[in-house]
Amino acid sequence: MAEPATISPATLLKDELDIVIPTIRNLDFLEMWRPFFQPYHLIIVQDGDPSKTIKVPEGFDYELYNRNDINRILGPKASCISFKDSACRCFGYMVSKKKYIYTIDDDCFVAKDPSGKDINALEQHIKNLLSPSTPFFFNTLYDPYRAGADFVRGYPFSLREGVPTAVSHGLWLNIPDYDAPTQLVKPLERNTRYVDAIMTIPKGTLFPMCGMNLAFNRELIGAAMYFGLMGDGQPIGRYDDMWAGWCTKVICDHLGLGVKTGLPYIWHSKASNPFVNLKKEYKGIYWQEELIPFFQSVTLPKDCTTVQKCYIEISKQVKAKLGKVDEYFNKLADAMVTWIEAWDELNPSGAKSAELPNGAAK
Amino acid sequence: MRTPPSLLSLTIDSAVINLSNITDLSPLPDHILIDLFLRTLRAGKLTERVLKLFIATGKDEVHSLIQALNIQVIVTPVLPTKIKDDEIDIVIGAVSSDMTAFMNEWRPIFSRFHLIIVKDPDLKEELKIPEGFNLDVYKKSDIDRMVGSSTSILFSGYSCRYFGYLVSRKKYIVSVDDDCLPARDNKGFLVDAVAQHITNLRTPATPFFFNTLYDPFSEGADFVRGYPFSLRSGVKCALSCGLWLNLADHDAPTQALKTRQRNSRYVDAVITVPARALAPISGINIAFDREVVGPALVPALRLAGEGKFRWETMEDIWSGMCVKVVCDHLGLGVKSGLPYVWRTDRGDAIASLKKEWEGVKLMEEVVPFFQSVRLPRTATTAEDCVIEVAKAVKEQLGSTDPVFARAAGAMLDWVKLWKSVGSSSSPPGV
Repeated sequence: MAEPATISPATLLKDELDIVIPTIRNLDFLEMWRPFFQPYHLIIVQDGDPSKTIKVPEGFDYELYNRNDINRILGPKASCISFKDSACRCFGYMVSKKKYIYTIDDDCFVAKDPSGKDINALEQHIKNLLSPSTPFFFNTLYDPYRAGADFVRGYPFSLREGVPTAVSHGLWLNIPDYDAPTQLVKPLERNTRYVDAIMTIPKGTLFPMCGMNLAFNRELIGAAMYFGLMGDGQPIGRYDDMWAGWCTKVICDHLGLGVKTGLPYIWHSKASNPFVNLKKEYKGIYWQEELIPFFQSVTLPKDCTTVQKCYIEISKQVKAKLGKVDEYFNKLADAMVTWIEAWDELNPSGAKSAELPNGAAK
Repeated sequence: MRTPPSLLSLTIDSAVINLSNITDLSPLPDHILIDLFLRTLRAGKLTERVLKLFIATGKDEVHSLIQALNIQVIVTPVLPTKIKDDEIDIVIGAVSSDMTAFMNEWRPIFSRFHLIIVKDPDLKEELKIPEGFNLDVYKKSDIDRMVGSSTSILFSGYSCRYFGYLVSRKKYIVSVDDDCLPARDNKGFLVDAVAQHITNLRTPATPFFFNTLYDPFSEGADFVRGYPFSLRSGVKCALSCGLWLNLADHDAPTQALKTRQRNSRYVDAVITVPARALAPISGINIAFDREVVGPALVPALRLAGEGKFRWETMEDIWSGMCVKVVCDHLGLGVKSGLPYVWRTDRGDAIASLKKEWEGVKLMEEVVPFFQSVRLPRTATTAEDCVIEVAKAVKEQLGSTDPVFARAAGAMLDWVKLWKSVGSSSSPPGV
């Protein structure tokens, strides 16, 4: 049966988790997070003008990379890292040496639960990542490993061990993550519903992964968390996390890993300009009609036993099937390969790349 | 030099602007009326009300214009925000005889509707039902009379409620176990389980792509960024599975191990169970669109030691998987989550362990079977689908355990019954 963790998980992962924050403005928001984030190491990825100095509040242990650093470290491979878009955050994943990553946007603050208590989002993400997922059979009482919950009648015992959790996708109170058309129609809508649940997204089901409040096991799935080519010089924006999410989910399904969504909530404070968003998303809104069927039908051969192999295979299929939708996808497919090459360079294997036996893929 | 507009022209223009204040156009001479009509059209101000004004003048010229331009009044269907009470049957399977507390607690919510109460044929005592409800009660004698005593075996124990599904003639059925009472939400308000179930059934389901903000059709929510627009109209929801506070629907081993655990977490969400994902759909608190999936809720899997406590049954889990497979095939949706009901404590889990262990073992076969069953394109109705599933059960599971062979037979009997008793045009009497 399910048992809650008895040791405080937050202290446990102090040296095993990096917090990756992309920023172009400032990091004032960290003050509010100080009680929860201070024990951890931060990786700041500074987008935009590298000559600008981003001030990090006192007392945080961090490393900061601007565009010059990215170019210096990756050389020609730096072309795969987006410029003038928060997609550049995935550089942070690549240079991290830790097992877990938590990434958060600089306009996300601490939310309160219905009792008025501050939510330690990081702690909840860690709990999500440290407990198994259940992608093969949906538990109607949501996460069975939470205190006070369990598997329901009819849930096969052989499936109750679950699988390792690769991704923990958190949600947002206040400004919801809507696309531009919805924002334009409902500019005043706020998400006020606190849904006290965490659930595993079933195998074979795709979802829109938002990068605002996201944690993952870097060893298990990091190489798939490429946030694509967005922003400056690219025909599309605001689809970075979506792209990473679809690739990640397909690979997780193939390798028998779990993806959770639900708690924790953060407070999203800044509504971006819907007209600017519309311009960025415009192509994406049309392309996603092709992209979803593409991802829904991707099959990975049995010999793709690592994330990198799966990812390269997807890049080939992107080129073959999506190249005809737009030339952008040929560029993206190449960038995906560059990403993996850069990843492998910075994360030499023998160190911790996850190779899972094919038996794990049902 | 342009001729300045005439006083008449200016007046007609002014009339176009002030159409909302005009209630009668009949005093107008024909030529002015036509001119007004054409300018109204050009200004884009021809609404239904204004069109009716013009038609009410009775002038032929106006009528000819309307016909020549093919102007039609389109009736936009207004989605009903209130439940139409006569579309719903509440079906309760009475496994215990004293229904007084149950009915009185549910009275504020149930009393508007017609109820079908089916008494477990094995129950010896008379049912005690309080006054003041619009209901029909069916007992063993009624069941035997209508389906024959050999087939009536289908309806013993918890499965008696399926008889209610069979004889109902309403579009929607809401069914809760007789040991469940209305729950209270996080704010302390009584949960109207019927209203929530009907809302679930009347709003679309979204099985093809997961919405991270849960039900996009609920108040204050929507589809999130990244959700394909072509999938936003959703599909019809055929089944709504509610949850339970207090005694959660755990199996006997879990119940025996965690005797004190009670579900106190009220999760304020409704979720569509994604396509091809299976879930153990408990029968304790459900609602469904009888017209669309009625035949797919099958009283088929009867454990050898099936008993009178929920954790001694698997019939609803089997039925639920069958419905999900059928819904996936027919492109219908299944929702899970709200509403909650309050499930009262009852029974001794350890005593039940002996009986339900069989069910627990069987699930190891049942789940892979339903995950792999594929229905042919030719199966386009719920009945067709059930027949195909029954065939597959017989072929693939029949030899594993006699209970499956019996289940397959029961499914076929059920479809036959549905065709004969379940779809006759006149409602059967008590």
